[in-house]
Amino acid sequence: MTDLVIIGGGPAGMSAAISAYENGIKDIVILERDDELGGILRQCIHNGFGLHKFKEELTGPEYAHRYAKKVRDLGINVKLNTMVLDITKDKRVIATNSQEGVFEIQARAIILAMGCRERAKGALNIAGSRPSGIYSAGTAQKLVNVKGYLPGKEIVILGSGDIGLIMARRMTLEGACVKAVCELMPYSSGLARNIEQCLNDFNIPLRLSHTVVELHGRERLEGVTIARVDENRRPIKESYEFIPCDTLLLSCGLIPENELTKGIGAELSSVTNGSVVDQNRETTVSGVFSCGNVLHVHDLVDYVSEEAEIAGKGASEYIKGINKKGASIGITVDGKIRYTVPQIITEKKDVTVYLRVNNVYKNVKINVYDKDRLVLSKKKLKVAPAEMEAVKLSASMLEGVESLKFVLEEEK
Amino acid sequence: MYDVVIIGAGVVGGMIARELSFYNLKICLLEKENDVAMGATKANSAIVHAGFDAKVGSLKAKLNVRGSQMMPQVAKDLGVKYINNGSLVVGFNEEDEKTLESLKERGEANGVEGLKILNREEILKIEPNIGKGVTCGLYAPSGAIICPYDLAVSAIGNAMDNGAELRCNFEVTQIKDLGSHYILRSQDKEISARYIVNCAGIYSDKIAKMVGDDTFCVHPRRGEYLLLDKECGDIISHTIFVTPSKMGKGILVSPTVDGNLLLGPTAVDTEDKGDKSTTVEFFESILDIGRKSVDSIPANKTITSFCGLRSVGSTGDFIINSPVKRYVNVAAIESPGLSSAPAIAEYTCQLLTSIGLSLVKKENPITKRKSMHHFREATLEEKNQMIRENPSYGKIICRCEGVTEGEILDAIRRNPRPTDLDGIKRRTRAQMGRCQGGFCSPYVIELLSRELNIPYEKITKFGGESYVIAKETKK
Ligand SMILES: Cc1cc2nc3c(=O)[nH]c(=O)nc-3n(C[C@H](O)[C@H](O)[C@H](O)COP(=O)(O)OP(=O)(O)OC[C@H]3O[C@@H](n4cnc5c(N)ncnc54)[C@H](O)[C@@H]3O)c2cc1C
Repeated sequence: MTDLVIIGGGPAGMSAAISAYENGIKDIVILERDDELGGILRQCIHNGFGLHKFKEELTGPEYAHRYAKKVRDLGINVKLNTMVLDITKDKRVIATNSQEGVFEIQARAIILAMGCRERAKGALNIAGSRPSGIYSAGTAQKLVNVKGYLPGKEIVILGSGDIGLIMARRMTLEGACVKAVCELMPYSSGLARNIEQCLNDFNIPLRLSHTVVELHGRERLEGVTIARVDENRRPIKESYEFIPCDTLLLSCGLIPENELTKGIGAELSSVTNGSVVDQNRETTVSGVFSCGNVLHVHDLVDYVSEEAEIAGKGASEYIKGINKKGASIGITVDGKIRYTVPQIITEKKDVTVYLRVNNVYKNVKINVYDKDRLVLSKKKLKVAPAEMEAVKLSASMLEGVESLKFVLEEEK
Repeated sequence: MYDVVIIGAGVVGGMIARELSFYNLKICLLEKENDVAMGATKANSAIVHAGFDAKVGSLKAKLNVRGSQMMPQVAKDLGVKYINNGSLVVGFNEEDEKTLESLKERGEANGVEGLKILNREEILKIEPNIGKGVTCGLYAPSGAIICPYDLAVSAIGNAMDNGAELRCNFEVTQIKDLGSHYILRSQDKEISARYIVNCAGIYSDKIAKMVGDDTFCVHPRRGEYLLLDKECGDIISHTIFVTPSKMGKGILVSPTVDGNLLLGPTAVDTEDKGDKSTTVEFFESILDIGRKSVDSIPANKTITSFCGLRSVGSTGDFIINSPVKRYVNVAAIESPGLSSAPAIAEYTCQLLTSIGLSLVKKENPITKRKSMHHFREATLEEKNQMIRENPSYGKIICRCEGVTEGEILDAIRRNPRPTDLDGIKRRTRAQMGRCQGGFCSPYVIELLSRELNIPYEKITKFGGESYVIAKETKK
């Protein structure tokens, strides 16, 4: 029996481990499929990590290194090159690696921190041929930054997610020509600072409300047809435009990797594709927690670390048998607000609720209602899908509350 | 000098090569692509048809029924995944019911066993997710599913284990009859053979013309598919066809042997034998059509789409004949060509004997092959034993499909050897899961480069110019 099994050794898994350790749980094991700790940060060699957490600008590997060092210094057990195959409802974790073969660990508590993967080209249903030269932006990032190979020379990027934006700059610096970044929506899904530093600084055009409708070339990609889309995101025939290129990078969204979570039977949200959790990041299966990009996709790693600390602490309390649960306050949203995390509050204490909106809005209020009563109202000059918002609820606000509704109100 | 050269390393050429490799013959398989199974064999419905479709008395009917009977044993011997899931042709009205009755009669005349007409209630018992409008169905217990490229790869591997040779990137462009033997030429190579078997799929008419036979032609008909995530694989268990009508055979919905859900194919004639692109129109219509026969097919679970080209012959039947001496056509092998493949091989060998090739059985021909999936099919103890002996079986490379480094290395080192990314994909399923190689393709590139001792820049997706890397980055 192991007190705490953490699945995934990225920023979420590492922070969760440290937090659980600092809260008194020493019998921990982190299972990581890669050959080093760090997760996706290992390939993010650009700056911009840790501004909130460390008040300085670090690269991805530097940020990961700080946590990895701490994990090592604390003597937390880590199994690398270890792939978790299955988790059962009674918290047995089945995994495999080269040294131990297929083995099983019975856990008292589990923290899921498997991260996310990129939406693949198959899911995008782009018509045309099937040549080589089409990569998800993350795959290209791995090839360039970890393996040292440039996948192509003339690039079109579909989707303006942050990895795509960062790869636009990276490939340009490596001597490739990035011809355009096409974004289906009328706004970018990447951070404003990345648009500025990765596209504008290099004169790379961002084509909003555009998509790729067809691939050309039988062996290597020879070009793509792009088109403007209407309000319903349907391509407009008259706007078809051929761009010659040998590479298409896809940065069309991230999907939490919850295949294992389904095995445990934890409830998943159809909006986040992650688990439904309470303020401790505990899933609907007691003793199983979730944090980081496997719970919902974050834009900043600093928030991932923060969330993982909450999960680590929650797991430590669970293992120690501390149960302060005494409420069941469900949180609903109005649609303009797409989702909140947590989705349910089970303890009346100070809780920060994170949320994401479905579009760009200016001069708005995030209003929190208990039925018709306004509990809290937060003014924002601008909200955007790319940037997560946080709303702090105090213990006193939760007194007598049965359910909460988060509503985005636009000022007239 | 070869005794027999087979042109085309698809499932048909492969099964014929396997059959011939049991005899004392020097055999060579010529393939224009960089790997085997690159034609119709890699992109089809993967159904072993029961045999009620083809016209009574046709070669198609005869070889389909025989092939489908032979398939379980062939699949077992070659370690190929085969599931006898049964098929169901569903109908939506009285007219369809009449058509199903006549299909049943035709099937019985063809020798298909166990055919039964079911009403809606009976269908619901075996397929609870059947479409709302379905009123009747023709049930065929012998219908099955198989992995077509696995069958071709394994048959060719088996033939090679018996000494047959394979030459990829050899596109036959000219055939010369020297009286006692033939010379087959490509752009830059040539080989000679006493007998030729033409299994060149969509190009089989072109090969026939090279020996002076212009009695038939083959034209391409496109068939597009959607492949859905494994999450959807158990929505149905049988292969669901719709009743054929004036509008064609319609869209089928079927589980695959690997647990995905397959929807397709469309049927659109084309001129271009190289055009395997998918179309916008297809994406727009396919789900709606599929949902008529099966309820609850989710919209956003596509993991890939692809297009296959049928070899539609001008005679309406398979063309297996010997128009000139020491030469055999195995042409216009459209559906049910996969189902028929074992029987086509048997039939072709008989034809070869009848035109003078002497077949003397080898003393101990190898007839079986270890499955390409032996590791994943092993028990837990066996797996752990294998990992102890070879730690690379403990290292997962493809996360979506759970493929280990050991399995990829096995594939690279085994006949027929893959040299490109898609070759690894077809043999091991690495890159075939829901992320479509996003995570593992950099590792697969690395393994190929290391094992074959070729630089990254020379690795391709499927041969030719399909390179995956432009250059090394500045150091
Ligand atoms: C859309 C679709 C759906 C189908 N569904 C089914 C089904 O469900 N069940 C079923 O039983 N059948 C089905 N079929 C039919 C089945 O796929 C084919 O009958 C079978 O794969 C044919 O195999 P083959 O070896 O003849 O052709 P191919 O697999 O096309 O092989 C021919 C090979 O010859 C090579 N070649 C061509 N020219 C030359 C040259 N000059 N020199 C060297 N090599 C050359 C090609 O590269 C290719 O590898 C379907 C077919 C299609 C297209």
